[in-house]
Amino acid sequence: MLTLKNVSKTFYPGTANEKKALSHFSLHLDPGDFATIIGSNGAGKTTLFNAIAGVWLTDEGKITIDGEDVTFMSETKRARMIGRIFQDPMKGSSPSLTIEENLAMAYGSGHHLLSPAISRKDEQFFRETLARLEMGLEDRMKVKMGTLSGGQRQAVTLLMATLVTPKILLLDEHTAALDPLTAEKVLAITKEIVESRRITTLMITHNIASSLEMGNRTLLLDDGAIALDLQGDERDALDVEGLLALYRKQKGQALDNDRILLS
Amino acid sequence: MANQLLGATELGLVYGLMVLGVYITFRILKIPDLTVDGSVVLGMSVTAVVTNHGFPILALFLAALAGMAAGTVTGFLQTKLKIPPILAGILTMSGLYSINLLIMNGSPNVSMLGTNTVFSMFINATGISKHAGNIIVGALVCGLVVLVIELFFRTRLGLYIRATGDNEEMVRASSIDSNYMKWITLAIANGCVGLAGGLAAQYLHYSDITSGSGTIVIGFAAVIIGEAVCGKKSLTLGFIGTIIGSILYRVFIALALNTDFLPNYFLKFVTVVIITIALAIGPVKEAIASSRKKARRMKENADA
Repeated sequence: MLTLKNVSKTFYPGTANEKKALSHFSLHLDPGDFATIIGSNGAGKTTLFNAIAGVWLTDEGKITIDGEDVTFMSETKRARMIGRIFQDPMKGSSPSLTIEENLAMAYGSGHHLLSPAISRKDEQFFRETLARLEMGLEDRMKVKMGTLSGGQRQAVTLLMATLVTPKILLLDEHTAALDPLTAEKVLAITKEIVESRRITTLMITHNIASSLEMGNRTLLLDDGAIALDLQGDERDALDVEGLLALYRKQKGQALDNDRILLS
Repeated sequence: MANQLLGATELGLVYGLMVLGVYITFRILKIPDLTVDGSVVLGMSVTAVVTNHGFPILALFLAALAGMAAGTVTGFLQTKLKIPPILAGILTMSGLYSINLLIMNGSPNVSMLGTNTVFSMFINATGISKHAGNIIVGALVCGLVVLVIELFFRTRLGLYIRATGDNEEMVRASSIDSNYMKWITLAIANGCVGLAGGLAAQYLHYSDITSGSGTIVIGFAAVIIGEAVCGKKSLTLGFIGTIIGSILYRVFIALALNTDFLPNYFLKFVTVVIITIALAIGPVKEAIASSRKKARRMKENADA
């Protein structure tokens, strides 16, 4: 479903701030794969998402989604295939529009531009979809999005990103700004939506436990490349302690390398 | 005095659509668009020339189209050439100064004395008084355009435009070209402004190259007054508020200038004072509330 082949991206090339954010990065996800991504700050996690979403052009390599080469496709065009949710609950929705208007935005493309913003049929569909969140939002569809709590907003954003099933869903620490209980609830909703509709998903998280609980694959990113790719029995056998040990071992090696460079 | 108030109401209706245009860019798209000072005179000049050729109704349509073209230029500067919104508006406005002179064949003003206008045609056809005729025509045109704009903002395109003013990043993530939305909005808003300029030219019986300066400030003032009267609850009220704000602004100015101690050239100063007071109400209220709360708590703590 998603293939990255030898993708590289360097920021500020040729300056003192030069940063190789992705170096010869390759990844393949099968349809319905749900991979969690962990890694320290600056490992290239968000850069990877930006490369997939097409925020800028990569320096080398090739990206395909569902067999289609999207390497040079514009961000707006690619957005049709990709649902993306950010850490900041304020980022994914429009505060002065109502809940139903926000959903209508996401449900949009394909409809005629001068057709009514929300048809009766749409409204019914939105109501049913919201009801599945079990937050009582289906009775508050005419309320402005800005009045909802962070958790509610993030849950609605999740609905918006998946209202039209995307080919790829990118979750960038989407529960990190929420309190633990709300985060758990949003994660449960995420799991339900992704698994019931078999959406190919990448999820960045700093929570080691949920990186193992969610999905069928865990990637550890380091220095713009995949340092560990855990799946199948090997992943099932791991617990938080085990993964942390692997993580430290990986980081230790990196530190050793740095020491060699510095000495 | 009564005549002055009637005149103010007429002027308010005539310029009502200019305020609507300012509202659309300033409040919905959340971009202050300074093109307005130029596009209002563009509407006036086009109308003056075409009306003098004997086509008063066509003149108004062309004024609206010319305004849309001006908005398109600002849109191009903003979205394609990435010029900051305020500067883009100033550039178009300055450029329009020459274009407007060109339309008026190099002369700084064109008079329309004795020619038929939509106002005179309506008054002659119905036989009602001049003031009543002006008010009815102004109210009809404003009502019609407000209705069209209202319906437009209920469509999907209208929804995308509102979202663009609110959270552009989310609009792009929804696979919608936000630049295209800005472009359309600037064109529609300046179309309204051009039409208002056209109505104004026919009402005043002239077009003058200098008559546009300060229009945007009047627009802001009227938008703020309209919001103070109609509230910010819904878009529909916001649209109606622009026309009401436009009328009230002209009435306030008429009242302020009617007093003997202010000479006519204080018009702009009074406008600026009105806007400043309107903008200051919120922060001042907040400051008073917070200082009261502080005083109360200090007293409570001292008593305890």
